[in-house]
Amino acid sequence: MSLDLPLVFAALMGVAVLAYVVLDGYDLGVGMLMPAADAREQELMVASIGPFWDANETWLVLGVGILLVAFPVAHGVVLGALYLPVAAMLIGLMLRGVAFEFRVKAEGWHRELWNWLFWLGSFIASFAQGLMLGRYITGFDSGFGYLLFGLVVGAGLCGGYVLLGATWLIYKTEGTLQKKALAWARWGLLWVALGVAAVSLATPLVSQTVQMKWFDFPRTLGLMLLPLVTLWAWIGVWRSTDRLSRGVAGAGEWAPFAGAVAIFVLAFIGLAYSLFPYVVIDRLTFWDAAAHPSSLKVVLIGALIVLPFIVAYTAFSYYVFRGKARAGLYD
Amino acid sequence: MDNPDLLLLARAQFGLNIGFHILFPSLTIALAWILVYFRIRYARSGDAAWLATYKLWVKIFALTFAMGVVTGITMSFQFGTNWPGFMKHVGNIAGPLLAFEVLTAFFLEATFLGVMLFGMNRVPAWVHIGATVLVALGTLLSAFWILALNSWMHTPAGHMTMDGALIAGDWLQVIFNPSFPYRFAHMLLASGLTASFVVAGLSAWRLLHAGTDASASRTLRTGVVIAAVIAPLQIFVGDLHGLNTLEHQPAKIAAIEALWKTERGAPLVLFAVPNAETRHNDFAIDVPKLASLILKHDPNGEVKGIEEFAPSAPGADQLAPPVAPLFFGFRLMLAVGMSMLALAWIGAWVLRKGAAPPRWLLWSLAGFTFSGWVATLSGWLVTEIGRQPWLVTGILRTSQALGRIPEAQLGASLTGYVLVYALMLAAYMGVITHLAGKGAAPTRAEAV
Repeated sequence: MSLDLPLVFAALMGVAVLAYVVLDGYDLGVGMLMPAADAREQELMVASIGPFWDANETWLVLGVGILLVAFPVAHGVVLGALYLPVAAMLIGLMLRGVAFEFRVKAEGWHRELWNWLFWLGSFIASFAQGLMLGRYITGFDSGFGYLLFGLVVGAGLCGGYVLLGATWLIYKTEGTLQKKALAWARWGLLWVALGVAAVSLATPLVSQTVQMKWFDFPRTLGLMLLPLVTLWAWIGVWRSTDRLSRGVAGAGEWAPFAGAVAIFVLAFIGLAYSLFPYVVIDRLTFWDAAAHPSSLKVVLIGALIVLPFIVAYTAFSYYVFRGKARAGLYD
Repeated sequence: MDNPDLLLLARAQFGLNIGFHILFPSLTIALAWILVYFRIRYARSGDAAWLATYKLWVKIFALTFAMGVVTGITMSFQFGTNWPGFMKHVGNIAGPLLAFEVLTAFFLEATFLGVMLFGMNRVPAWVHIGATVLVALGTLLSAFWILALNSWMHTPAGHMTMDGALIAGDWLQVIFNPSFPYRFAHMLLASGLTASFVVAGLSAWRLLHAGTDASASRTLRTGVVIAAVIAPLQIFVGDLHGLNTLEHQPAKIAAIEALWKTERGAPLVLFAVPNAETRHNDFAIDVPKLASLILKHDPNGEVKGIEEFAPSAPGADQLAPPVAPLFFGFRLMLAVGMSMLALAWIGAWVLRKGAAPPRWLLWSLAGFTFSGWVATLSGWLVTEIGRQPWLVTGILRTSQALGRIPEAQLGASLTGYVLVYALMLAAYMGVITHLAGKGAAPTRAEAV
């Protein structure tokens, strides 16, 4: 088979990670926004993500699974180097996952406690993921500057998830909660603008490899499209939230979320372009780290058969739970 | 890598995570099918009491499932963090099996769980029943793939070496390796017992509180009947699994039976304190020739002892597992399993012809609510410790798979996990007992 299997799996892993970041991103964002809402609104917020969060997290397992299966050497290096943030993220995901179920069944201060743990878990998981991304981009180099970079990316990703969460709520709710979500989305947008700007300025400074990829004329001119389109998407989200807050007729409630997803996709493309062909920057390329072709082949065949089904029933699930979220999840 | 402390710490952490994780799937695999039963009973009868029953147990299921999901995500990371050598050496076999679990099972169950939990009023009844069946199917598929991999680690088959890498020669042989059918059946039945005792136990708890409760009386009966049918099957399958282990992993059996020396007419050690220093059993109570009779169906058959696999000569390669944990773990599993059989049969006898359950039975069942966990965990400890020093029998030692995580980081994260798990387990047991104590709330009949 002349198919470049490591490349195919790199693309599959990219799709899985991007799907994870966008999908779990919105429900983590909703989790982080919980303290800003009152008790009635919190029920609606939870109801808007209830049917989806579990499947959303499965994309993380698929992404890590592909790393494990297709690039076993890189799996060891990456997760070994990110040991503590990974542990923190897992504990965060555990707390929020069970808090989600426990809070529904709890009463009184117990429910308050689980609400708080839901927020805390969402925040820890989001921040840890950003920190992991920061450490990953810099090849896990140690030193204060690199740590600071990781912290900035962590904060930036939290902002990004808040943006996704707020725009999701604009789409899935109405009335006062939607109004609040519009304001949250604005804050998320500003936060994201700061984060993306800081990370874009700092990345070529902390990584020579990225610097060379970015400032490689004349390709740089083509690459300039990426920030320009991102800026256009950013302005698009800002304007659509503005139109919605002013109650302009015909303003699409889905538009802010679509714009936020576009910003994530563009940032992801930029990241993928910067890092390619490395799975561990400056150390391992996808081809260095790839598993034996025989096992890649069998997984690819399986994935090609099963993925259409996954996409189909995921679409079915979003269709079943279309429209505005309603309280009283279990009724 | 020779660092016994690090190895022990990494094993303790992995063992804690996987042991904590297994509690929840071992309940959901079978509980999912019990829910299918409740859902179909409601659809056919239109009886609001069945709906209330379904709604109560779906809540308990959702909570258990969430616990399983979040603790399971941890596992997919720890393969890499704690055992990078595992994927490096056998990743071409383990990887695809894990990938198929994610692709065929995880997405299926996670997506349809949403429809099952929140979609009852949004989709037609047959779609909702279908979603419930697909969730159950997903948990079953998940067990299938993970037990195929685990069994392959115990009794590897179907692999070959090409370009210096271990790869699959025949996937059917890899999946249906010699111990797989027994281990898979043993695990599914264990889940059936665990779930039926949880159902019976929590229903008994409700009846003790409320005196009478139509839903709890029904589910008590459901649990007891399932347990009474499955318990003897499990003992039969467990015995077959044991004979299969004797054939493929004789060192594990030697340790379980605390047989230090290879001998004809080996005694069955009923009780003893195995002493690894002197390679001898202290305070032993034996039944002469019985081990030979059970294992070889011949009172004078030869049974291999620990010395066969771990000679006492200095410097000899030690290829036997530690005796004491296997000896005691096995006996604990057996004792709990036999008690479950006895209680299930007594319960079924007492409840025959619709008799009301006496309080002593309710208390016994309530006390046995989580007995399946004790039996399952001790069984898993026996079989996994029994594979040592191998990670993959004959192919890869556990010590060869160990990563280079600093001990301080392992210790810190282990502490974190212990704290979070303690909180989660306490909350979990508290909440499901509370839910069951409140009982199934009567609701109006909805979309049948």
